[in-house]
Amino acid sequence: MSGHSTYEPKYAAEKWIDKRLPIVRMGVDFMAFPSPRNLNYWYAFGGILTLCLMSQIITGIILAMHYTPTVGEAFNSVQRIKRDVPFGWLLQSMHAVGASMFFLAVYIHMFRGLFYGSYKAPRELLWIIGCAIYLAMMATGFLGYTLPWGQMSFWGATVITGFFGAIPVVGESLQQWLLGGYSVGNPTLQRFFSLHYLLPFVIAALVGLHVWAVHHVGQNNPIGIDIKTKEDTLSFHPYYTMKDGFAIAVFLMIFALFVFYLPEALGHADNYQRANPMVTPPHIVPEWYFLPFYAILRAVPDKLMGIMLMFGAIVVLFILPWLDTAKVRSMRFRPTTRRFFYIFLFMCFVLGWCGAHSPDDIAIPMGHGGMTFKWVSRVATLYYFAFFLFLLPVLGWVEKTKALPDSITKAIHDGEA
Amino acid sequence: MSDTQTGEGEHEDPSRRDFIYIATGAAAAVGAGAFAWPLVSQMGAAADTRAAGSIEIDVSKVEEGQQLKVLWRGKPIFVRYRTQKEIDYADSVDVASLRDPQTDDERFVPNFEGKINKSLLVMIGVCTHFGCIPVGEAGDFEGWYCPCHGSHYDSSGRIRKGPAPKNMVIPPYKYLSDTVIKIG
Repeated sequence: MSGHSTYEPKYAAEKWIDKRLPIVRMGVDFMAFPSPRNLNYWYAFGGILTLCLMSQIITGIILAMHYTPTVGEAFNSVQRIKRDVPFGWLLQSMHAVGASMFFLAVYIHMFRGLFYGSYKAPRELLWIIGCAIYLAMMATGFLGYTLPWGQMSFWGATVITGFFGAIPVVGESLQQWLLGGYSVGNPTLQRFFSLHYLLPFVIAALVGLHVWAVHHVGQNNPIGIDIKTKEDTLSFHPYYTMKDGFAIAVFLMIFALFVFYLPEALGHADNYQRANPMVTPPHIVPEWYFLPFYAILRAVPDKLMGIMLMFGAIVVLFILPWLDTAKVRSMRFRPTTRRFFYIFLFMCFVLGWCGAHSPDDIAIPMGHGGMTFKWVSRVATLYYFAFFLFLLPVLGWVEKTKALPDSITKAIHDGEA
Repeated sequence: MSDTQTGEGEHEDPSRRDFIYIATGAAAAVGAGAFAWPLVSQMGAAADTRAAGSIEIDVSKVEEGQQLKVLWRGKPIFVRYRTQKEIDYADSVDVASLRDPQTDDERFVPNFEGKINKSLLVMIGVCTHFGCIPVGEAGDFEGWYCPCHGSHYDSSGRIRKGPAPKNMVIPPYKYLSDTVIKIG
C-alpha cells in the first residue's frame, strides 16, 4: 500500500507471478507494515473485529442453509436448528452471541479511537468509514434479530420500522414500502432475510476500505504523535500478529464463556414466544447494544424529535473530526478533556441503563418519589450531545495541553509511552 | 495519420458530436430509470396483500364492557362496547385541551340510518407512536395504555398523555346491518 516494497521474489515461479499479478508482494508488504512500536492492547480490537466479522459470515452462511424465512416456519426452523441440526445449537449460539461480541468489540474500538484522537487529520476518512461500518452493523444486527420471529423480533421490527412512519407527509407510504404491506408480515421477513445476508458483505467491503485507509495514513498510537523515523516502528508481523493473537485468545475465552455457559444471558425470554401481532409484550427492549440509543429516543415526548435525536447521536460521530478543534490527538496530553471523556463514557452506560427500564419508573429514589428514568436519560442525552457539540469544540481552544514527547522512541525511553 | 484526422475534424460538425453525447446520456438515463422503477416498485404491497385489505365483523356477540379484537391488514381492530360511564367521560373532555382535537362524535361513522352508535367504538388498536398494541381498561383516562413507551388514551381512544402524537386511528368502515360492520 504506502511506502516502498521490501519484497524480493526469490524463485522463478515467484518472479513469474510478481510480474503478472503482484499479489504475494501485496501480502508480504501487508504483513511487514511498519506499525508504531508503542501500540497497547486497546489497539488489538481491529484484529478482533476482523475475526468477529469472519465468524459471523461463516456461521451465518451455514445457518441460512437450515433457516426458513416465512412467518409460518421461521420460528420453528430456528428451534429445529437448536435441537435437531447436528451442532446447530453451537452454530446458532456462536452467531447470536457473536453479534453481541462484535458490538462489544466495536464499542471498545470506537472509544479507543475517541480517547486517542484517532479521528483527527489525516485520519478523518478512516474514522468516517468506521462510522459507516458501525451503521451497517446496526442495520445488520436489527435485521438479524427479526429472523427468529419471536415476540421481541416482531415488535422490535414494528417499533423500528415505525420510525420511518414519523417522517412528515411521505412517512406512511414509505413505511408500507419498506414493510411490503400494511404491517410487519411475510414480505417484511423475507426482505429482511435477504438484506441480512447482503449487508455483511457490504461491511466486508467497507472493512477493506478501512484497512486500506489505515495503511495509507498509518496507525495512530497512544501518544498520538506521528512516526518520525524507522526506529519508531515495528513490523506488523511478528510483533503485532503475536500481540493481537494473544488478545484474540483472551477475547475468544470470554466469547466461549457466553456461548457455552451463558448463551441466553444477552437475549430476551420473550423471544421464545412465537411472534403474535395481536399482543405486545409488556416491556419491549432492544438488544443491549442499542439500549443507549433507545434511551435517547424515549427521552423526549415528541415522536419526530425523539427519532431525530437518536439519529443525531450517530450523525455527530460522522462529523466528529471537525467538532474537536484540538491540535493534540491523544487525551493523555489533554487532562481536562480526559475528565470530560470519562464522564461521557459513564453517561453512555447511564443511557444503556435507562434504555433497559420503563421511562416512568423511578431510577434514583428520593424521599417518596424520585428521579424517573426519563429524567435520568434526559440528563445523559444532554451530556452526550454537549460533549460533542460544545465541550470538544471549546476545550480544543481553551485547554492547556501537556508537552508532547519529541518522538515515540524517546517517549518509550522516558517511560511516557 | 494525424494529418488526415485533423483534416477530417475540420469538416466535422461539432454539434453532431454533442448531439450524440446528449442522446446517449438521455437514453442511458431513461434506461436506468426504467430499470430502477420495477426495482423500487416490487418493495411495495403486493396484489394479494392489498386484496386481503377488507373484512366483515359480526358485532352481535359483544357485550357491554367487552372488547373484540380482530386482525385487519396485520393490525388489530378494537371493537369496544363502551359502558355509559366511558361514553360520559369521553363527552366531558374539553376538546380544545387535546393534543389531537376531536370530539367523541367525530370518532364514529354513521350507520345506514344516518345515526351514530356511541356504544360501539371501532378503531385500529395500534399506538400512533411506534405501533405497539395498547392494553385496554388501563391508563389514567378510562381507556388504553401503551406499554411500550407509556402513552395514555382515553375512552374514545384519543391521546392524552405520553409520546404518541395522534389519536388511535378510526379505520374506514360501514355498517352492513345493525350487527355487521365492513372494515376497509
